[in-house]
Amino acid sequence: MSKETLSPNEVKEMLIAISDKIIESEELLSEADRRLGDGDHGLGMKRGFTAAKTQLETLEPTTVGQVFSTTGITLMSTMGGASGAVMGILYQNGGTALGDADSLDAAGLSTFMTAALEGVTNLGGAKPGDKTMVDALAGAQEAAAASVGLSLPEAMKAVSDGATAGMEATIAMIATMGRAKTLGEKSIGHPDPGAVSISIMFQVATAYVG
Amino acid sequence: MKKILNDPNAAASELVDGLVDYYNGSVEKVGPGAIALTDIVENKVALLVGGGTGHEPIYHGLIGPGMADGAACGDIFAAPPPNIILDATRAVNKGNGVLFLYGNYAGDVMNFKIAAQIAAAEGIKVETVLIWDDVASAPPSAKEDRRGIAGLIPIVKLAGAAADKAQSLEELVELVTLARDNTRSVGVALSPGSIPATGKPTFELDEDSIGIGMGIHGEQGVGIEKMMSADDLAEKLLNLILADDLPLESGDDVLVLINSLGSTTMMECLIVLKKVKELLVAKGINIYDVMLGPLVTCQEMAGLSISLTKVDDTLKPLWDAPCSSLGYTKL
Repeated sequence: MSKETLSPNEVKEMLIAISDKIIESEELLSEADRRLGDGDHGLGMKRGFTAAKTQLETLEPTTVGQVFSTTGITLMSTMGGASGAVMGILYQNGGTALGDADSLDAAGLSTFMTAALEGVTNLGGAKPGDKTMVDALAGAQEAAAASVGLSLPEAMKAVSDGATAGMEATIAMIATMGRAKTLGEKSIGHPDPGAVSISIMFQVATAYVG
Repeated sequence: MKKILNDPNAAASELVDGLVDYYNGSVEKVGPGAIALTDIVENKVALLVGGGTGHEPIYHGLIGPGMADGAACGDIFAAPPPNIILDATRAVNKGNGVLFLYGNYAGDVMNFKIAAQIAAAEGIKVETVLIWDDVASAPPSAKEDRRGIAGLIPIVKLAGAAADKAQSLEELVELVTLARDNTRSVGVALSPGSIPATGKPTFELDEDSIGIGMGIHGEQGVGIEKMMSADDLAEKLLNLILADDLPLESGDDVLVLINSLGSTTMMECLIVLKKVKELLVAKGINIYDVMLGPLVTCQEMAGLSISLTKVDDTLKPLWDAPCSSLGYTKL
């Protein structure tokens, strides 16, 4: 059954589902990273989301922001690497921006995405077009901003499509940030692994709000 | 690949425990992944290094008297998260500030940046000097895009001596910046290392090919070439450094480091050193001191790097000071 809004407990359930999918995707994400980086993106993500899942399972949240922030702080303190900082800031900033809201709707999703994108770009300095996870995140944020009047399932689907389109767009790009930067034109033809992670997260979220 | 491990996913935490055991009482764990010297004097301007593990003896093996006061250790090949950096920062801070000194990689920069903001909010003075010695990773006009590689060995040694004499964090920043700006490196990759948890190689390279200027994680450098003689390779690498923007003239003094990336033997490093010395002497450049061995590594990666640090009247006394650590000791 589709959900018009999510309670703090439902956001928690959704993030546990996202954690399970990321953990399961370890090999796929590491393989994507072997093309562009040093092949450990899946390991870091698995480490972070395994810890996040453990934290979430015992959390009794009163606000939706609390669920996202807890996820962010856990990812940041357990993953390490560029992806740990970026994934941590994404959830932490997004969660903080939701204030004390006790439910998540399409407008809240847009608030979350705007703050998440801002946090990530301020920290890492990547812009859309640099072949990073920011491409997927920016695609998701644009879609969220255009979907505030829609139902949550429709908005989440639009956000997921935006993230996936942003991820797919990285395939044709030349990396200008991070370790992949030094590959130059050889980076063409492969999607950014961080963008793949973002795309997976929103696919799970879309299935959850159904 | 045969590797002596227990749980491969626990390699980072087990090696940090082993490192503390190596120091046998003079280094303590101050948090998971955070280590510090046990006897840092009050009001010392502190030096903190850090980065991913798996590249031993850097960074955490450079802790010791006359070297770094503390280190933040990440997982294998992954930058340490902010909380580990903060644990180490709080432990080494003796009231006069902490210098963060680490290699210029996106993950390290982001995590240290978050840690620096939190430390500042706690009232700890923090400054940062990034190591970017790899001439093959970006042109001289874009140094902030260069990676940090083996040049961090002489830079951390000089920084450690500077931290012992500096009266302020500002003075330390100035000395370490000079050491950093006077250091250039370039490497060559012969074959990749592997990730302990997966056994998979970190990059691919054809059997008869070598990556000139390739980074320690397989990042692309100047180009892929066919295998060549040690002399030709030494000359090619040295010329990349000499063609860079650090003026080196007859009469100048340099520190030379021939660094093995892991499985390249001391024999090979010594053969390269012989040629490097011959080429420098021909230019009238004097070798002030030599470092050689596996100091910045990537598991069983094969290849080496050459680093030069130009030492002047400010840096020579810092170099001459004794130091001791797992990675580098000077009597």
